[in-house]
Amino acid sequence: MLNWQGGLFDPQGPIAVAERAMLANATVVMLAVVIPVIILTIGFAWWFRESNPRAKRLPDWEYSGAIEVTVWSIPILVIIFLGGMTWVGSHDLDPKKPIGDVEKTVDVQVVSLDWKWLFIYPKYGIATVNHLEVPANTPIRLTLTSSGVMNSFLVPQLGSQIYSMAGMATTLHLQADSEGVFPGISAQFSGDGFSDMNFDVRSVSEAQFNEWVKTTQAGSGSLTRKRYETLLRPSIADKARTYSKVEEGLFEQVLMMNDSGPNKEICVTPSFYETEINTQDVNLIGNK
Amino acid sequence: MLGKLSLAAIPLHEPIPMIAGLGMIFAVIALVGLITWKKWWGILWHDWLISVDHKKIGVMYIILGLVMLLRGFVDALMMRSQLAMAAGGAAGYLPPDHYNQIFSAHGTIMIFFVAMALVVGLMNIAIPLQIGARDVAYPVLNSVSFWLTASGMALMNISLIVGEFARTGWLVYPPLSELAFSPQVGVDYYLWALQIAGVGTLLSGINLTATILKMRAPGMGYFEMPVFCWTALAANMLIIAAFPILTATFGMLLLDRYADFHFFTTNMGGDPMMYINLIWAWGHPEVYILILPAFGIFSEVFSTFSKKPLFGYHSMVYATLAICGLSFVVWLHHFFTMGAGANVNGFFGIMTMIISIPTGVKVFNWLFTMYGGSIKFTSPVYWAIGFIITFVLGGLTGVLLAIPPIDFALHNSLFLIAHFHNVIIGGVVFGAFAGYTYWFPKVFGFQLHEGLGKAVFWCWFIGFYVAFMPLYVLGIMGATRRMQHYSNPDWQPFMIVAFIGALIILLGITLTIVQLVVSIRNREKTRCTAGDPWDGRTLEWSTPSPPPHWNFDAIPQVRSLEDFWHSKQPNGEPLQYVDNPSGKFHMPKPSALGITLSFFATVFGFAMVWHIWWLALVGLFGCIAAVIAHSWQTENEVDIDLNDPAHAHGHA
Repeated sequence: MLNWQGGLFDPQGPIAVAERAMLANATVVMLAVVIPVIILTIGFAWWFRESNPRAKRLPDWEYSGAIEVTVWSIPILVIIFLGGMTWVGSHDLDPKKPIGDVEKTVDVQVVSLDWKWLFIYPKYGIATVNHLEVPANTPIRLTLTSSGVMNSFLVPQLGSQIYSMAGMATTLHLQADSEGVFPGISAQFSGDGFSDMNFDVRSVSEAQFNEWVKTTQAGSGSLTRKRYETLLRPSIADKARTYSKVEEGLFEQVLMMNDSGPNKEICVTPSFYETEINTQDVNLIGNK
Repeated sequence: MLGKLSLAAIPLHEPIPMIAGLGMIFAVIALVGLITWKKWWGILWHDWLISVDHKKIGVMYIILGLVMLLRGFVDALMMRSQLAMAAGGAAGYLPPDHYNQIFSAHGTIMIFFVAMALVVGLMNIAIPLQIGARDVAYPVLNSVSFWLTASGMALMNISLIVGEFARTGWLVYPPLSELAFSPQVGVDYYLWALQIAGVGTLLSGINLTATILKMRAPGMGYFEMPVFCWTALAANMLIIAAFPILTATFGMLLLDRYADFHFFTTNMGGDPMMYINLIWAWGHPEVYILILPAFGIFSEVFSTFSKKPLFGYHSMVYATLAICGLSFVVWLHHFFTMGAGANVNGFFGIMTMIISIPTGVKVFNWLFTMYGGSIKFTSPVYWAIGFIITFVLGGLTGVLLAIPPIDFALHNSLFLIAHFHNVIIGGVVFGAFAGYTYWFPKVFGFQLHEGLGKAVFWCWFIGFYVAFMPLYVLGIMGATRRMQHYSNPDWQPFMIVAFIGALIILLGITLTIVQLVVSIRNREKTRCTAGDPWDGRTLEWSTPSPPPHWNFDAIPQVRSLEDFWHSKQPNGEPLQYVDNPSGKFHMPKPSALGITLSFFATVFGFAMVWHIWWLALVGLFGCIAAVIAHSWQTENEVDIDLNDPAHAHGHA
């Protein structure tokens, strides 16, 4: 019944592996204190019960210098150790920190929309919705923003998450070490369609990835600024799809849009359930 | 004329809120009928609603907390049952717009109207009695504080029937809570309910801080103060420092929503992350506002029932103050995933862990308080031991989440949900039940049924583990919070187990009500009017139960930390009292200011929610007029003469 598949205990990349290791190490270190404390709590309470004639009673005992030093020292030592681990870990696993070969790194720009994910591959001039295709064993640099409401980009098997926020760009480095399909979610509640804001990360070989890029470029659908504005309309459980062309600088425009004054296009109206999504001229992926 | 309000605001087409709302209305009508039939209106009004007696106000806080616990818990049951059903392709029975209101209301109610009400109620009851005072520093203000909390509660409950509640989560993060994304009235209900209740909490914090600082009996220096007073002092100083941040933050969001400001919008230079920083600058101290008094209660319980002084009293005080200070420098750990640099994350991670040092010290000191003791296993002791076992696990998972890389993986997951329920149920709720059982005989002069009290404990203790251990596992499996449904069928068995856990807790809550009824019916058997049923150590046990309105016929002259305990020893000297040969002193008169303000504040809040501007003005001027009318009163006190037989038995 205990199937860890899809989560942190089924890691598929270096970041998740490192985070799982930190989780395990820190837990073991703390259990070394917590388990004795629980045993002592039950033990002391039981032994010193009122009805135990053998228990030694010390009705006025309220201070011991040696014990005071000990009880301050134990948590201090544990925290010095864990604090060191925290400081080093925060730097080693900083989402901004590049992984491995910077030359090889694949760039993906991510926009969270109500309630779907847009992925733009600036180098290849292509884009996808609710689908992230990546080459295995290759560092990925994600640059994220939001069209409006805040979300959090998370692929549990790859490790770290980061917020996507309107008008701001965050950076997240991830890598998949094996080929496969890994579920991705939004981990920050963002409204009615939140529970369906899922996407698949498909990790494939480098050759397959290049093939996928070519096929996509040869496909149809052009993501212009105008088409982006139709994407802004809220939709729930939207189908995964690709665009063969993306207007240059679209991500930067999304990033700046919110700075330039009231932007009616992002305003959500109460009638958003009736919104129809334009699926013409796009390539649908799978049966999502 | 009626602003945005129309008949469409009543959710006639949604059966669940309608049934709940009608149930609530029928309960109110039945209660009003019962009071009328029994002719209790006079007693209710004079002895309770307009009372400024800190003990009665404390009792009303606790009743408010327990009533709201029922509502907050129904929300919890709905969430757990929804998630037990909505696996794979199933949609469950609660559509997202309703489900989102439920989890938002659950968090808001449980923190602001259950945990806060229970903790403030217990502080109200115990503090003046423990420091040998006749009442709090500002008795009328105390009544106002309670009634403003009640006004917030009223607005919360009105939102169930008229309109809707926020669908944004319990801290209404912008930009989702901005007008652009939440044009409905739910967020406005949230904001006005908490603004009004928040003023009440702030006033209460000022009041109790002033009480502890200025009203202690002669001879009681700071280190002669019971440890509960220390933890309460720390909590109330945190209220004074933290609640204005909350009020200002909500004020800015209100300006965004009502006056087209752009503090937290995504455009015109607004910055939603500023809200998230500010709300947690309040929110993290808030956690310690709740837990510190609970620590104090456990300290009293361990010491009293081990028949020993608290081990390392000074250490406990320093640990409390350390936690109090550190609680203001950890707020960023609630959003490590914002993308701040490694130095910032590392700093806040380490500061968070440092809090576990004084907390760990406290745990060890409780252990050594039991060591060498003669422990009587009353139900408060059950809660206290259950607390240590549960809380150290919650502390462990809290330190895990304080390590930024681990938080990057588990932030917002059900692991986080399990963590904070682990510390809030295991700490605050267990503490509140321990305090409720411990001080109940002081307030009412008879004891709660011990057997049922222990049954309540076992239901909460077992129910907690069954309900939340699966959530730790689910979090690691990749389940996030606030999902209305999920596709992974492997999660469903864990969700079903968690629902069963919630049902076990439900049994515990039901037994709490049964315990109260049974205890009232058996009250003659458990009478303890002499006032010291537990063989207590602090001053509250030196006065009869229930205490007279003025708590102490004569004010104690304190000589040591456990003066009352020493006075009971075979060759101990009796307690000394401040000389008052005339037997005369003043007590504050009852005041209707609180309930009047509450009425007008509720009118004001409701009118603001629905943009009924004329009615809002009525509410606002009503509040101002009530305060002015009150300040014109010259006869605010009543003379008590203990030599007068009418007063001798505690009736003013």
